[in-house]
Amino acid sequence: MGFFLETLFGGLMVGMLYALVALGFVLIFKASGVFNFAQGAMVLFAALAMARFSEWFPHWFGFQSLLLANVLGFIAAALCMVVVAWLVERLALRHLVNQEGIALLMATLGIANVLDGAGQLIFGSATYKIDIGMPKDPLLVLDKVFEGGLLLNQEDLYAAVAAAALVAGLTLFFQKTRTGRALRAVADDHQAAQSIGIPLGRIWVIVWSVGGLVALVAGVIWGSKLGVQFSISLVALKAFPVVILGGLTSVPGAILGGLIIGVGEKLSEIYLGSYLGGGIENWFAYVLALAVLLVRPQGLFGDKIIDRV
Amino acid sequence: MFYRENGQFKSSYRADLALFPVAQDRWAMLALAVVCFVIVPLTVSDYTFRAVLVPFLILSLAAIGLNILVGYCGQISLGTGAFMAVGAYAAYNLQVRFDGMPLLVSILGGGVCATVVGVLFGIPSLRIRGLYLAVATLAAQFFIDWFTNRVKWVTHDSPSGSVGVRTLQLLGCELNTPVQKYLLCLGFVLVFGLLAKNLVRGAIGREWMAMRDMDVAAAVIGIRPVYAKLTAFAVSSFIVGVAGALWGFVHLGAWEPAAFGIDKSFQLLFMVIIGGLGSIVGSFFGAAFIVLLPLLLNYVPHWLGLSISTATASHTEHMIFGALIVFFLIVEPHGLARLWSTARQKLRLWPFPH
Repeated sequence: MGFFLETLFGGLMVGMLYALVALGFVLIFKASGVFNFAQGAMVLFAALAMARFSEWFPHWFGFQSLLLANVLGFIAAALCMVVVAWLVERLALRHLVNQEGIALLMATLGIANVLDGAGQLIFGSATYKIDIGMPKDPLLVLDKVFEGGLLLNQEDLYAAVAAAALVAGLTLFFQKTRTGRALRAVADDHQAAQSIGIPLGRIWVIVWSVGGLVALVAGVIWGSKLGVQFSISLVALKAFPVVILGGLTSVPGAILGGLIIGVGEKLSEIYLGSYLGGGIENWFAYVLALAVLLVRPQGLFGDKIIDRV
Repeated sequence: MFYRENGQFKSSYRADLALFPVAQDRWAMLALAVVCFVIVPLTVSDYTFRAVLVPFLILSLAAIGLNILVGYCGQISLGTGAFMAVGAYAAYNLQVRFDGMPLLVSILGGGVCATVVGVLFGIPSLRIRGLYLAVATLAAQFFIDWFTNRVKWVTHDSPSGSVGVRTLQLLGCELNTPVQKYLLCLGFVLVFGLLAKNLVRGAIGREWMAMRDMDVAAAVIGIRPVYAKLTAFAVSSFIVGVAGALWGFVHLGAWEPAAFGIDKSFQLLFMVIIGGLGSIVGSFFGAAFIVLLPLLLNYVPHWLGLSISTATASHTEHMIFGALIVFFLIVEPHGLARLWSTARQKLRLWPFPH
C-alpha cells in the first residue's frame, strides 16, 4: 500500500511538470493556432539562460547572495524569453499568417533548431546546475496511518506547489485582466477579435512570452532536479501525449492530462514494465493517449471537431 | 523558345495520357537518365557516392513514400523513421534467418512488413485527424524504437544491439564498390518513382487527393474513407520500408536503432515540405536540399578560411539550418516544386513576356 501510494505521488509530481510544459503548448496553440514544437527548445533556452545568468551576475556585480542571483537570473531569463517571443512573431509568425497547420508546425521545428543552436552558442553546451535552494531530503508522512509510512520528495512537493501557483496565476490573468480577455477573444476567433480592434500581432507576442515564461518555470524546476543540459529539450516529447490526451485547446485538459500521464507512466513502468522488459515509459504515454483519442478524437476536454462540407 | 508544346499534336488517348506529354521533357528525361546511369558512374569520386549520392537517392525514395501519405492523402505522419526501421530490421531478419535469401526478396520483404505495421498504425487515422493524428503517429515511432531496442529476437540476439550485413549479393554478383551500390539504389528509385507517379495520377491517387482536400465531402461523393486512407498508409509505408532496408543495407551497412530515431522522421518531413507537398519531383528537390545543406554548411567556414571549434560550428549549423527552413516556408510555402513549375511556365513563353 505504502509503495503504491509512493509511486502514485511520484507520478503526480512528474505529471505536474509535464502539465507545465503542456500548458505552454496549449496557450500558444489556442492563441495563434500553432502547434509549437519549439516548446522543448524554449524550455532548454530558458533554463540555460537562468542557469548562466544566475552564475554570471555575482561575478559581474560582485555580490554573494544566492537569492539575489537567482531573482536577477530569473528576471533576465524572463526578459530573454520575451525577446525570443518578439523575434518569433516579427520574423516568422507574421509572415506565415493563414498558412496551413503543417507549414506552421514545420516552421516551429525550424525555430526549435535555431533556439537549440543559439542557446548553446550563447550560454555554452556543458551541463549546468540551477540552485534555487530547494530542500533535497525526503519527507516521511502518514507513518501513523499504516506500516512504513510514505516517503515523499520535498523537492517534488515544492515544485508541485510552484506549478500550482503558476497555473492559478495564469488563470487569474486570463479571467480577470483586460489583456487576458483579449487573449481569450483571439483564441476563440482570430477574425472576430481583429475586427473589434484587438491587435493580433501584439497578442501573439504576449502569448508567446507567456509560453516562454511557463517554459522558464518548467526549465527551472527540471533543471534544479536534473541539471541543465541538452536532453532537457526532450521533455517536450513527453508533453505531446499530454496535450492530445487533454485536448489541444483546453488548459484544464493539459493539467489533468499531465497528471494522468505522469501517474500512468509510473504505475505502468512498475506493474507492467517487468513483464515487457522495462523502459516502457517512453511509449506508454503515447499509447494511452491514442487509446483515449480513439474514444474521444478531440481529447478529454478539447473543443468538439465539427465538420462542415 | 525551345521549351514549348506548339505543334505537338496528340492523335491517340495513349499519347494524351503519356507521363511526359511534351517532347522536350522526354528528351530531358532521357538525357537525365543517361547522365545518371552512364556519366555519373564514370566520373564521380567514391566519396561523393558514399556521402552524397547514395543517401540522397535513398532519402528521396523515403520522401516519395512520405509524400504519398502527407502530400497526397493529407495524413500527417511523424512516424516515418519507425517504418524505415521496420523495413530495415525485417529485411535483416529475412537475410540472416533464411540461408541464401536473395537480396531483392529480403528488401522487398522488408517493405511488406513495413506495410503491415503501417496499416496497423494507420487504423487510428480513421477516427483521429490533423494534429492529433500527427502526435498519435509518434506512438509508432516510440513503440518501434523501444521494440527494436529491447526485444532481442529482432536483432538476432546481437549483444550490442547493433546489426549489420556483411556482403550484398545481387543475382550472383557481389556489390562492393560504391558505384554498384549507387546503381542499385538508382534502380529502386527509378522503379518506385515511376510507380508512385503513375499511382498518384490514377484513380486511387485522385481518391487520396479528395480525401486530403476534404474527407467528409469525399465520403459523400462515394469514396470509401477506410479504403483510401489505409491504401495510402500501405503504399507509403511500403516505399518507406524499402527505403529503410536500403538505408540499413546499402548506406549504413551496420546500424543501431538510433539510426531510425525521431530525428529521421522530422528530417523526412522537412524534405517533403521544403520539396513541396503533393509532388513527386518535389521529393527529390527536398531530399537534395536536406542532404546537401549540412554538407555545404560544413564547408563554408573552410572556404572562408575561418577556424572555429567543432561545437561552435555544429551550433551555428543548427541555427542556419533552422533559419533557412523558416525562410523557405515564408518565401515559398508550396515548396521547391512550385518554383520548378513556375520556372517551366516562364520558360514556355521565353523570350516573350506574354
